[in-house]
Amino acid sequence: MMTLAEKILAAHAGKKEVSAGEFINCKVDLVLSNDITAPIAIREFRKLGVKVFDPDKIVMVPDHFAPNKDINSAEQTRLMREFAREQGIIHFEVGQMGIEHVLLPEKGLVLPGDVVIGADSHTCTYGALGAFSTGMGSTDIAVAMATGDIWMKVPPTLKFIFHGKAGKWVGGKDLILYTIGQIGVDGALYAAMEFAGEAISALSMSGRFTMANMAIEAGGKAGLFYVDEKTLEYIKPRARRPYKIYEPDPDAVYARIYEWDASEIEPQVAFPHLPSNVKPVSQARNVQIDQSVIGSCTNGRLEDLQVAAAILKGRKVNPHVRCIIIPGTQQVYLEALKEGLIEIFIEAGAVVSTPTCGPCLGGHMGVLAAGERAISTTNRNFIGRMGSPKSEVYLSNPAIAAASAVAGWIVSPDDLK
Amino acid sequence: MILKGRVHKYGANVDTDVIIPARYLNVSEPAELARHCLEDLDPKFTSKVKPGDIIVAETNFGCGSSREHAPLAIKSAGVSCVIAKSFARIFFRNAINIGLPLLESEEAVDSTQDGDILEVDLSRGRIVNITRGLEFTSRPYPQFMSELIAAGGLIEYTRKRLAERRS
Repeated sequence: MMTLAEKILAAHAGKKEVSAGEFINCKVDLVLSNDITAPIAIREFRKLGVKVFDPDKIVMVPDHFAPNKDINSAEQTRLMREFAREQGIIHFEVGQMGIEHVLLPEKGLVLPGDVVIGADSHTCTYGALGAFSTGMGSTDIAVAMATGDIWMKVPPTLKFIFHGKAGKWVGGKDLILYTIGQIGVDGALYAAMEFAGEAISALSMSGRFTMANMAIEAGGKAGLFYVDEKTLEYIKPRARRPYKIYEPDPDAVYARIYEWDASEIEPQVAFPHLPSNVKPVSQARNVQIDQSVIGSCTNGRLEDLQVAAAILKGRKVNPHVRCIIIPGTQQVYLEALKEGLIEIFIEAGAVVSTPTCGPCLGGHMGVLAAGERAISTTNRNFIGRMGSPKSEVYLSNPAIAAASAVAGWIVSPDDLK
Repeated sequence: MILKGRVHKYGANVDTDVIIPARYLNVSEPAELARHCLEDLDPKFTSKVKPGDIIVAETNFGCGSSREHAPLAIKSAGVSCVIAKSFARIFFRNAINIGLPLLESEEAVDSTQDGDILEVDLSRGRIVNITRGLEFTSRPYPQFMSELIAAGGLIEYTRKRLAERRS
């Protein structure tokens, strides 16, 4: 009678059964860190006086402030690069790197049934593949790099069932923003979120990654999806090691079950300064914007760029708006180039950047001044997230962000001429 | 251990972006991080905080990013402990791992005002509001967490485990 999360955790703890609240020691299949969190992880790891437990299961990705935005950032990526060489672990250099949570699944490094921990809160993204993945801090990552395991408290599971068919312009981003709007930014605190229902089965892998990615914005420890034909189609050309598919038991115990009708959900916009502060786009009127960001670990996949391009094709970005488009990985960038999407973006007056987390966390490539407002396909709109503490971030899907870039204020694509 | 200090009180959902904005994450030295602690929420915090002071906040303290820089900044700013109604999961782990004590008590938060003086007995989970003459008990840690704290944090705990594996 276990949920999907409990099944995966039990298998990795060498137990027949685990239940919510239990403390376990869990083997990990992959340990991740980035240019912000790796320096502290390396510092703590050194105190243990050992080598990494398995260099093929440790990944470092310089994506947040890379390509290096300043001298301090350059020192951080250098520290990481030198450590990676010394230990022989997986490291993606600028040129190969992408935004970690778009990159790792694309490279086949995360597979169904895995337990993955990463020193980045959006590590929960891989739940889209039917893996249990969660964010932790640098010290936890340091310990896992040394031992190959980590302590965990088995989370209770909340189940979210989306009935019906999602409407026009409604994607994974809208379903997850709606969820966070309903349950709040701590509505899934310490819990695993399991997503199911007709609208979820109909979602592309891209949409599922977007939803799992934002489980943390509801306080969740993980956001999990069932493996189906779409998952297998995504995994098969990428997997280079065996993997195991887990399913929840029919009599699994859920802390709570939420059921919603996806056909009644409009595209959502999260107003400042919390991802839970959502309104349907039809009620987001008269919000003038200075910047539109399309990209990030939430919405930087090829499908997201295709949606944006369909709207920007033959149109121009409003002259008062900076539209910044960031493909999630080099592969996404290359495919977008081959499909002619990059040309559409440049013709429309948008700027296209190399993969980076950049503006999402106010790092570089589109930092906001005081009083400025951005619509963004990223995941957080906390005070100062994209720059000045006096700036504002509105979160949306790529269609709304692209249409708003054209209009100069927040609109639905249906509102464009 | 007994901690004593003045209260800096904040609301719900104090996120890691306001605890330490990402623009300062190109370094990881605790003292440098402390200089910008809570800057975007309370620009006066770093000039008024004194060693031993205590942060008191509503629910979901530390939500958002996994940056360990957040509890490091708070600890290095001189804060002796954080008392909240609830903590975000990753922040909770990070704080315990680096040795920043956290206590959960709804009553203590509701009955404490900015500027009050608190005394906290960590081993007993006792919180005394000296200013108001009130006493509270924080939610006890699960046994495993207590062992982790008693060992001196996760690194020390792991060092012992690794030594046992070798012997």
